[in-house]
Amino acid sequence: MTDVNVIINEKIEKFGKERQALMPILQGIVADKNYITEDELLKVAEALDLSAADVYGTATFYTFLDVVPRGKYVIRVCKTISCHMAGKDEIIEALEKTLKVKLGETTPDKKFTLLQANCMGWCHKGPVMLINDEVYPELTSEKAIAIVEEYIAK
Amino acid sequence: MENKKLTKVDLIFENDGTCATTVLDKIKAMSQDDIIMEMIDSGLKGRGGAGFPTGLKWKFTKAENSFDKYIVCNADEGEPGTFKDREILDTVPSKVFAGMTIAGYAIGAKVGYLYLRAEYNFLLKKLNDKLDSFNATIKDKGFDFRIEIRSGAGAYICGEESALFESIEGKRGEPRNKPPYPTVSGLFGKPTVINNVETLVYATMIMKYGADNFKKMGTQDSRGSKVFSISGDTPNAGIYELELGMTVEDFVSDFGDGDTKAVQVGGASGLCVPRKKFADMIIGYEGVPTGGSMMLFNSSRSMYNVLKDYLEFFAEESCGQCTPCRVGCQQLLEGIEAVKRGEKHPSYLESLKKLAETMKLSAKCGLGQSVANPFVSIVDNFREEIIY
Amino acid sequence: MAKYEVNLKVNNIPVTVEEGSTILDAAKKLNFRIPTLCQHPDLCVAGNCRVCVVEQKGARALPAACATPVSEGMEIFTNSQKVRTARKHIIELLLSEHNTECTSCYKNGKCELQSLANEYRVNENDFIKLVNKKTYTIDDYSPSIIKDDSKCIRCQRCVRTCTSMQFVSALTVAHKGDHQKISTFFDKPMNAVVCTNCGQCVNRCPTGALVEKNYIDQVWDAINNPNVHVVVQTAPAVRVGLGEDLGLEPGHRVTGKMVAALRRIGFDSVLDTDFTADLTIMEEGTELLVRLKKALVDKDESVALPMTTSCSPGWVKFIEHKFPSLLPNVSTCKSPQQMFGALVKTFYAQKKGLKAENMVSVSIMPCTAKKYEADRPEMRDSGFKDVDYVLTTRELAMMVRQAGINFEDLADEKYDSIMGESTGAAVIFGATGGVMEAALRTAYEIVTGREVPFTNLDIVPVRGFEGIKEAKVLIKDVLPEWGFLEGAELSVAIAHGLANTNKLMAAVQRGEVNYHFIEIMACPGGCLGGGGQPIPTSPEIRAKRMEAIYDEDTHMAIRKSHENPEVTAIYEEFLGKPNGHKSHELLHTHYTKRKGY
Repeated sequence: MTDVNVIINEKIEKFGKERQALMPILQGIVADKNYITEDELLKVAEALDLSAADVYGTATFYTFLDVVPRGKYVIRVCKTISCHMAGKDEIIEALEKTLKVKLGETTPDKKFTLLQANCMGWCHKGPVMLINDEVYPELTSEKAIAIVEEYIAK
Repeated sequence: MENKKLTKVDLIFENDGTCATTVLDKIKAMSQDDIIMEMIDSGLKGRGGAGFPTGLKWKFTKAENSFDKYIVCNADEGEPGTFKDREILDTVPSKVFAGMTIAGYAIGAKVGYLYLRAEYNFLLKKLNDKLDSFNATIKDKGFDFRIEIRSGAGAYICGEESALFESIEGKRGEPRNKPPYPTVSGLFGKPTVINNVETLVYATMIMKYGADNFKKMGTQDSRGSKVFSISGDTPNAGIYELELGMTVEDFVSDFGDGDTKAVQVGGASGLCVPRKKFADMIIGYEGVPTGGSMMLFNSSRSMYNVLKDYLEFFAEESCGQCTPCRVGCQQLLEGIEAVKRGEKHPSYLESLKKLAETMKLSAKCGLGQSVANPFVSIVDNFREEIIY
Repeated sequence: MAKYEVNLKVNNIPVTVEEGSTILDAAKKLNFRIPTLCQHPDLCVAGNCRVCVVEQKGARALPAACATPVSEGMEIFTNSQKVRTARKHIIELLLSEHNTECTSCYKNGKCELQSLANEYRVNENDFIKLVNKKTYTIDDYSPSIIKDDSKCIRCQRCVRTCTSMQFVSALTVAHKGDHQKISTFFDKPMNAVVCTNCGQCVNRCPTGALVEKNYIDQVWDAINNPNVHVVVQTAPAVRVGLGEDLGLEPGHRVTGKMVAALRRIGFDSVLDTDFTADLTIMEEGTELLVRLKKALVDKDESVALPMTTSCSPGWVKFIEHKFPSLLPNVSTCKSPQQMFGALVKTFYAQKKGLKAENMVSVSIMPCTAKKYEADRPEMRDSGFKDVDYVLTTRELAMMVRQAGINFEDLADEKYDSIMGESTGAAVIFGATGGVMEAALRTAYEIVTGREVPFTNLDIVPVRGFEGIKEAKVLIKDVLPEWGFLEGAELSVAIAHGLANTNKLMAAVQRGEVNYHFIEIMACPGGCLGGGGQPIPTSPEIRAKRMEAIYDEDTHMAIRKSHENPEVTAIYEEFLGKPNGHKSHELLHTHYTKRKGY
């Protein structure tokens, strides 16, 4: 886990101390550990001279900028129409069983969070899921389990 | 009405490694106005779905007197059923960058931003690598222009142009009031051209082959070709570049599974065309306009489930700032569920259709305004499936 | 740059307006009222609620009148069938996500959504009640403000007020779509965040989603308890606002009627905060002179200058959160309300033979932050809670109505004595610049033995609505004991509204400006525009209240704080001298650094 100040400074160097650096900073924190803590949001707000509430409001607008604790690997199964038709429910069910969590939950070891999300742009190859930034299209239950088991072994 | 047979085209994905550089050499020799005239002459309309003439957008922005101008590439492809921009960015990114450079040169912008949706983060490294060498190339060629990539973070609404600007500026992706339009006041309040990924590639190809060759394809209202994202109940799901102007029937005979009962044209926010209208409906601005999403449904599908899926999507992805969209989407969703459960009389669907009409008239941006498209077309054509 | 004129038609009637005007402006010019909810004259355009949609000839969609600029040749229809249907739908949609238990709502009869629903005769049952499907909690942790999300219509007036107008940003819009809500940092309760309790959001909320925490019932209970003596004090700005909530036009001074009404309501002593406003001038003026002497004569570098006022509790909390390093600059004087509270249960009790434990001290304030101020742990120097209940101008108006008093026809009455005597200098505390003017009237005279060199004592440069005002007063021919000030130019600044305040204090913090004394009022226009004043408050209404305040000043027999005979008397009989031991015990306080969210 990278110290938040390192991320903040790195992004400010690249994007400036203006508000437009906010998204890159928040994205940087999420890329590092999948969610943003209260303390980190405060530091970001301070660094960019923005109000804490405003930064919170901005972060919560975006589905991928989580401000609640998430696991090391966030699994997002696409739930929109094509993937729904292609059987995303079975994929979720299989993953719930494998990970022993319900949709929306994080495993006790904080390794996995199982979520669903809106259209990911793989409608011709559904069902699809993202594990962090990696994309896994054309899933079957077996395939999904196999992929997640690889992550479990990591 | 004029219509065209289904014809496959190979322009966007044309395998030509040097295309971007040769085109840039070519346009360097042209004046800004000549480029814009060529674009206007081509008849190219925005391929993101709204269909505004691209050349005019460039012309208006060039006419603005401002030191800072921007060109923004909208790669926030979030419309359910649409995935062609991902493929374009994955396979021919330099043609996208070239399109941005052409637009930047034509309007006098020095910086271009490509806004990539977070779901496509896996492309980011590759794109940035390509971009580094591209930026170096155009610098060598003497263009006072550079491109940067900005990422989204999971918000469909950021595909709306002014919401996208807000997002790049580091704010909640909430659409702005219009006017002013982006050509006058866009990113950072400066005149901005914002084009879809595919539109920019077409700009590159029009500059390569000339407007005359482009406009030979398509119809009077819908010039050229278009990349389609084809999904649903089809044996041939995937990405296809087709000449504009074919009928839905033509399309279905090639891509259907023999049992197609409806085609959703233009994604969740588009129109649902039922079988009885396949023959009359031209795919293009004279018929059903589309950002390229074609979703096929066969008779095994419940159109109630389809509509419910769409409405759940919109209720979640509305930015929430304006009443008609924020509350309207929830009401349409709760409404069809209540009718299905028998808690509301089927005639409640008429009230909901009127509400959808109000959303179309009074919502602040295209999201809320277009929810009526799927709602009314599905409820009208598949009423029984909604009720029973 | 010269503005162009634009010609358009509204409901077929031609009208010419300035370029940049909105459709709403054009319609207003022709006396067509277009309903609005998210629009407010104090705030930037939002275009969120869409209630103001109109029909534009040739346009596919219905533009929002508040957010759409006029263009040449435009033809607008404000009440076509299309418009009426859309508006009715929009109102119904808002009602569907709104807790419509109107009869038990604090804003019943004063709710803008309710009156629109009434105007459009909506059928509430047309749509599914969404509010019932969500879980809402009422945030009543703050002593000043209650936030009830089930009544929120997401117009964002509060957020724009809190961020743009006040630069506090306690409130924000969080989440999106069906989860979108008005929130605080991590949705913490209002008492745990940077909220200054200024109540400007409350003043602008069109519904009952943000209201003051009211203490009306507690006050009635006290009044009806024969064993307690209930004392009431009234702040300067209440007398120029109260009438608006009781059927009078803005700009009426109702001091005498208010006193009469308070007696009829049943308060045992009807006293005036203005008395302690005068006392504040004595204490704060002395403190300033002492700080100046320490800095100029003793060369004491630990003295914090510029000194700022401390009577606005919203401002005090603002600086505690945002500029904690400048806390030593804030005058240690309590606000007039709290000086009054501390004296009422000590000095007044003594003089009247009352026991402090049998007294209830109530204040009527134009302010919601005063409720918080009275609750601060420091404010118990009498040995009891110095001020038990703080009511806003609006709550008092409610009590007047509940008491069945025909306010307009009341004959004027005078405050009780003691602690009822005041001066014009105290009255103008209610307007931005007023404390400064009152302080200058007194300090200049103490130092030079002469009146301030302004016609009729009117120190015009410190008056008015400009966001940040500055003035300089040359001090010469001083009395012997003030020799160190001979030839000095006293440099002062005034800010009102916390956005202006933030600008000014940031400049102070950066050392870019050199003032001796700064007056800050958290609310736009000062207390006359306070968060507890009648709704609506607008620039126009604030201007009328301000006129009334200066009018009251002009009509006062005594216009300088140090000439208030009761002030002289209290120093002789009880306090000793300004900034003396007793004063420090009862009338001064200290501040606390607070979190930045």
